[in-house]
Amino acid sequence: MSFINYASREINCKIVYYGPGLCGKTTNLQFVYQKTAPDAKGKMISLATETERTLFFDFLPLALGEIRGFKTRFHLYTVPGQVFYDASRKLILKGVDGVVFVADSQEERLDANIESMENLKVNLEEQGYELEKLPFVVQYNKQDLPNCTPLEELRELLNPNAVPEFTACAQTGEGVFETLKAVAKQILLELKKGGAGA
Amino acid sequence: MLQPQQNSFVMYDEEFQRISAVIEKLLRESNAKVIFLVDKNGQLIAGCGETEHLDTTSLASLTAGNIAATGGLAKLIGEKEFSILFHEGEKDNIHISIVAQRVILVVIFDHRSSLGLVRLRVKKASDELAIIFQDLAVKAAEMEKTGNADSPFAEITDDDIDNLFS
Repeated sequence: MSFINYASREINCKIVYYGPGLCGKTTNLQFVYQKTAPDAKGKMISLATETERTLFFDFLPLALGEIRGFKTRFHLYTVPGQVFYDASRKLILKGVDGVVFVADSQEERLDANIESMENLKVNLEEQGYELEKLPFVVQYNKQDLPNCTPLEELRELLNPNAVPEFTACAQTGEGVFETLKAVAKQILLELKKGGAGA
Repeated sequence: MLQPQQNSFVMYDEEFQRISAVIEKLLRESNAKVIFLVDKNGQLIAGCGETEHLDTTSLASLTAGNIAATGGLAKLIGEKEFSILFHEGEKDNIHISIVAQRVILVVIFDHRSSLGLVRLRVKKASDELAIIFQDLAVKAAEMEKTGNADSPFAEITDDDIDNLFS
């Protein structure tokens, strides 16, 4: 749910990065953080365990500039990917405006991707959302690794509705901004469709 | 946008002024250091007091996360919600409460105030804020009904969006 503030002339939107454990959600955010000008970003917050596994969420506020006189801010969140943190994942999806699904392209993580995608749908439905109606993009991460599932197969299993999709290597940053841009664009177009009062 | 959850939360100038007046009064009357209002989704709505040295965006997001987690705990034990949270520090304390089941009121205070005083004043301010948010909801619903002819976003172009990332 975007927050349109006429008093401060700001639009705030929430983007959630979803996906199985260790697929690179936090790495996506870290890259965005590193490559963004200091005046355009806030502090990145990571609520993680001692072994750097996300415990609750990562949070990165981004100010992208103005549209029609309104400052456009995106709040980027990641969910904890590990299966047993499901209660936390549900909370983070509250009020989401757009979702990025980060898939781990490695063969051995194929089942984990499918399970996470199903979990995303179930958790969204619990909040009254339908994935098909939300701004949504899919990122096939870790494309630099040798043991990737062929793209065709990933596409068939994870993106049957052919939403915008990107291959990526979040560690080097390949595909990271393309993914973010695609979901942000969908969110703004949704805002255009709905108008300010919708 | 058919689902209510996807609706935008809109803040207008008039209500923003009224909200600011209420929290500024609360700041004075409770002897607090900082007060801010956060949407349950983590968006900062308004703030006052010694906010200049504070990262209010992060505070807003973490407060919402905190409320969401505590709300999850509440449900697990069969409560609807925990409407007040209190964190006591060595110097500063945080009092967090839910207003009108929708927004989160955060009061940061030190030894110049007390938990009792803050609770008392927050209760009164919450009632006033609830009325404003009710008005805001009515106004937003009316705006929706009358259409969005004057929406500043109806005219967004692909170029506008591309420019954000240039």
